[in-house]
This record gives sequence, C-alpha cells and structure tokens, in this order.
Amino acid sequence: MDWRDFYIYHLGKVNESVRSWLSAHAAGWTAYVVPAILGAILLLVFLLPSQLMVVWIERRLIARFQIRRGPNRVGPWGLLQSIVDAIKLLSKEAIMPRYADKWPYLAAPVVGFIPAILVYAVIPFGPDLAFADLNIGLLYLVAIGSYSVISVFMAGWASSNKYALISAMRSVAVLVSYEIPNVLALVGVILLAGSLSLTDIVRAQSSGSFTWFITVQPLAFLIFFITASAEVNRTPVDLIEAEQEIVAGHHTEYSGMKFGLFYVAEYTSILAACAVMSTLFFGGWHGIPWLERYIPPWIWFIAKIYIFFAVFIWTRATLPRLRIDQLMAFAWKFLIPLSLLNILVTAVEVLLIDNTTLAPAVWMTLLAVVNYALAALLIVAWSRAFRMPRRRSADIPEVRRLGALPAETPSY
Amino acid sequence: MITDGAAFAFWVLAVGTCLAALSVVLLRNIFHAALLLVLTFTGVAGIYIVLSADFLAGVQLLIYAGAISILIIFAVMLTRRPVMTGGFSRFSISAAIVAVTLVIALIWVTVGLTDWSISSESPIQPTTAPLANALFDRTNGWVLPFEVASIVLLAAMIGAIAIVKDK
Amino acid sequence: MSVGLNHFLVLSAVLFSIGMYGVLAKRNVVVILMCVEIMLNAVIIALVAFSRFVTPTLLTGQVFAIFVITIAAAEAAVGLALLISIYRNRENVDVEEIDLLKM
Repeated sequence: MDWRDFYIYHLGKVNESVRSWLSAHAAGWTAYVVPAILGAILLLVFLLPSQLMVVWIERRLIARFQIRRGPNRVGPWGLLQSIVDAIKLLSKEAIMPRYADKWPYLAAPVVGFIPAILVYAVIPFGPDLAFADLNIGLLYLVAIGSYSVISVFMAGWASSNKYALISAMRSVAVLVSYEIPNVLALVGVILLAGSLSLTDIVRAQSSGSFTWFITVQPLAFLIFFITASAEVNRTPVDLIEAEQEIVAGHHTEYSGMKFGLFYVAEYTSILAACAVMSTLFFGGWHGIPWLERYIPPWIWFIAKIYIFFAVFIWTRATLPRLRIDQLMAFAWKFLIPLSLLNILVTAVEVLLIDNTTLAPAVWMTLLAVVNYALAALLIVAWSRAFRMPRRRSADIPEVRRLGALPAETPSY
Repeated sequence: MITDGAAFAFWVLAVGTCLAALSVVLLRNIFHAALLLVLTFTGVAGIYIVLSADFLAGVQLLIYAGAISILIIFAVMLTRRPVMTGGFSRFSISAAIVAVTLVIALIWVTVGLTDWSISSESPIQPTTAPLANALFDRTNGWVLPFEVASIVLLAAMIGAIAIVKDK
Repeated sequence: MSVGLNHFLVLSAVLFSIGMYGVLAKRNVVVILMCVEIMLNAVIIALVAFSRFVTPTLLTGQVFAIFVITIAAAEAAVGLALLISIYRNRENVDVEEIDLLKM
C-alpha cells in the first residue's frame, strides 16, 4: 500500500468519503451541509494558528534585520507573545470617539474582516481541497478583494479624525490605481491556463504538460507582487497607514478588539495574497517532483505561503517607503503599460502555441528565455524613459493636498 | 422555473435589495446612502447567481461594488460639505406619484399584458466560455459593438481627465 | 414555492421605479447619480431574466448586460468628473441651485 493512499496525504479524500457516506446513510441535505462545515473547520485550523505564528515570525525576522532581539520573554523564544497580545487586545477598554458616525464606525472592522476570510473559499490547498471550486474563481478573488477599500473608507470617514480621513482618501486613490495592473497581470496567467478556475490553473502547471507559470510570466509575477503588496498595505507601498505621516491611518481611533479585527484582517489578507501568488505562478500544491511522493500536497502549499510571507517581510525590512505622488506615478506610468504589453506578448505566444509543431519542452524553454529577456529589456527601457524628476516634497501639489508634508527643516 | 433553495435565496435577496435601494433614496445622510448602494449592488449580484449568470455576478461585484461605488464614495468625499445633504426637492410628491404610476404600469404591461414564451430548456452553466463564444463569434458575434464599447470607455476616460484637470 | 420570469420582472420594475423616484426627487447630484446606477441595475436584471427564461441557450441577454455595465462605468466616470468640476466652480452640488449655463 502506497503512502499516497492515506487520508493524511490526500486530505481532499476525507470530504469525498464523508459526502458519499452521508448520501448513502443520511438525509439528502446533510451531504451538502456536513462537508461544508468540515471544510470551514479545516480552514480555521489552518488560519488561526497561522495568524499567531505569522505575527511572531514577522516580529522576530524584522528584529533580525534590524539587529535587535525581538520578542523573547514570553515562552520559549517568545513564541507565546502573540497569544499574550491577543489577550491584551481582548481585555482593553473599547473607546468610541464622541463625534463618530456610530453604525459605520462599528461595522467597518467586520466589513474589513469578511472579504479577507471569503477569499479563502476558492483557494485550492490540494487536489479536491478547495472549499468551493468556482469556475469564475479568479474573478471572484479580485471582486471580493476590492471590498476591503470600502472598510478602510468606512473606518476613515466614521472616526471623524483628520488622519483617518486622509488615510481613507489615500486608500481610495492608491487601491483603485493598483487594482488595474493587479487584474491585468492576472490576464497572462488566464490566457495560458485557459480557465478562471484556480484548480484548473494549478492543474495546467502540473509537471506533465506545463511548467510553473513563473518560467513564462516573470513580468506578470513582478507586477502582481508589487500590486498585491500595495493592496494588503505592506511597507514599501503602505501609505494608507504610514505611521510617520498619519499616525495609524484608518484605525487611529480604534481600540481593543475592534482594532484587533483590523489587525487580523490585514494578516489574513497577506496570507491570502501569498496563497494566490503560489497558486498562480508557483504551481500551487505541486512540489519538487522526486519529493512529491513523500510530502503531501497541502504541506507544499502551506510551505509556499510561508516562504512568500518571508519575502514580504524581507521587502518590508529592506525598502524605504514611497511618497504618495511617486506611488501613483509608478502605478500609472510603469505598472499599467507594462502589464498591457505583457498581455499582448502572452496572447501572441498562446496563438503560436496552438500552431506550433515543436516539442513542448523545447517550445517552453524558448518561451521562457524570450520572456525573461523581454521582461528585463522592458523594465530597463521603461525606467530609463520615465525616470522621475527629483523634486522636493513641498513642491508637489498632490503631497500638499493629501497632507504628507514632512516637518519643516529649520534653516540655520 | 426556479425552485427550492434558489427560490428562497431569490426572496431574501429581492426583499433585501429593494430595502437597501429604498434607503439609498430616503436617507438624508449621503455617506450612509453610498454604503447602502454597495449593499444594493451586492444583492443584485446575488440575483444574477440565482439566474445562473455566474460570470456576470463576478463582473457586477468587480465593476459596480468595486469600481463605480468607490468612484461615488470618492465624489462624496471630494464634495466636502455637511453629509446631511440628501434632502428632497420641491417635486418630491409629484415624483412619488410618477414612480408609483410607473411601477404599476410596468408590472401591468410586462406581467399582465404580455405573454412570454417561456423556454423549458435548462440554462447554460458555467457561462464563462459560452459567453466569450457568443461575444466573439465570427458569424453572428458582437465584435464591432465590443470595439465600439472600448472606444466609448477610452473617450470617457480622456473626457473625465480633461474635465477635472486643473487649468 | 417556485420563482419564474414574472417575479424577476416585478423586482426589476420596483427597483427601476425606486431609482426613478430618487432621480426626480433628490437635490444632491451625487445621490442622483447613485439612483441612475440603481435604474441601470434594474434594467440588467430584466435582461438577464429574459436571457435565463426565454432564450436559455443563447446568452444574448447576458451579452447586452455586459455592454450596459460598460456604458454604466463610462457614465459614472464622466458624471462624477462633471460633478467635481461643478463643485470646484460653485462650491455646491444642489441641482436646484445649479441653474446657470455659464458663470
């Protein structure tokens, strides 16, 4: 008997067996309800401990980057720090500003948290291990992701606090601009896979027919990585909550568990972004071929999520924050034209694939070489052609309007 | 005919959407109205799913809830005035009469007078690929309208920038 | 309990009339734009319902719906740009007070 026949290797089989047993032995509706509840529990079993782990990993790693120690007092290596923080958040006094707009203020954390969780419904953790394998999966993902803007906006407006309001203005401006290259970068993958379903996209990257899409879509991956970090507010592009400029952004006026929900939602959506990147560009649940028979697919997938999370921490620790006008110009002058060019190139390639007589391996290698060369060329050419002029922050109207002026430097 | 769970979903969604749309109109606080508009759009997306138009539901969420409502919210923010500006004009009573007459007339004509030839075939599902084939079919597709629509979008984009740009 | 074409047509009519009432009765241009969007949504519901019940295998109604959504996006962009331009010049978005063609 092969190890791959066991339930622990192939978690998706659990659901199938439960469903078939229930439809044979119990009322018809239980065959839908019980597997759904089981799936939700499985998701929570992944998400809640990941939440705590990820916060700890981030604090420890950032500390390493900055030559500090990080949390190290509670538990071994500070492992219990996140739990202690969660208890602290739960027991804090819930303060509400007197002039807050009550219902939007209270609803904002919930509205922010729901889409962050809903995204996981379509992510395949393994073969047959997606909560709902929608045939419009990718479209659903993008559509649900755009709801987070509304939460930021509700929080920012309802707090009646000027920093929160500035953060709301910025978030609308930034997220709407970054949504476009984000979606356009996905189109290349959709063209290659020929489907919007995430399970089909992963199957298209199985080692038999295709390789991982990172080999043929380097430019799309780069664009998606940058826009995804803008959408989930990671540091080089996290102007929504740039603490040196606007305190804590939209959640300045939130305390206790209401703030906790924002915090949890943020990390949930970061993990979701990592999951989407590994699904679309790094083969989802597929692993290194000769190790695949020993390690279950869902472990490969979760490992990939954590690796991408580490990359996010790395960029956060390494890169300085951009200014608001630089951020907007970067989206409109650099990311959008390049992602459009990427769609054009990929579409031509897909047309050629259908009419080629070359062996798939030769053809894919050829495409990979061409695409990497083209990506490098385009990035260099674009950054030469649209180099941003060096200007003082105070001379830029957008910076003045959006309240991002640095403190006046005294002239001696 | 739609039965069982989908029918139940229809009633919940229909009542919820109508209530949300009604409060968009009746509320005086335009910020709350904008938020309820997002709820209305989401409810309409649910109606599309009941009608087994799954791709369209995704598009509705992305374009309406994700883009148009954000634009409207941005407009609410940019016209910085006290938010209680959702008042009624002096035509509100006559408008109510017109609206009630309209709804009665529409229902009378579409439901009472017209005899629709209901097809008993089951709908196409999933719709993504068939929709693309219907749009870009070589003989009786919609390629020209599609291209015209893209030009309209481009013109709207340039026009919007030209109108708002500082002189 | 079964739901047919008539239910969707009634829903569409009700939503359309709510939007119509808002367009006629409200003073704020932003709210009027919101109500126009509600009216467009009502029309799309009717189109998709026809597509589902009258011609389930053709999808023509859904193709129309996609075009309506495209035009709605263009309309929202231009409408809001006009609105912001008016607000800059007049500091006002009340339709009863925007009554001059030229300033």
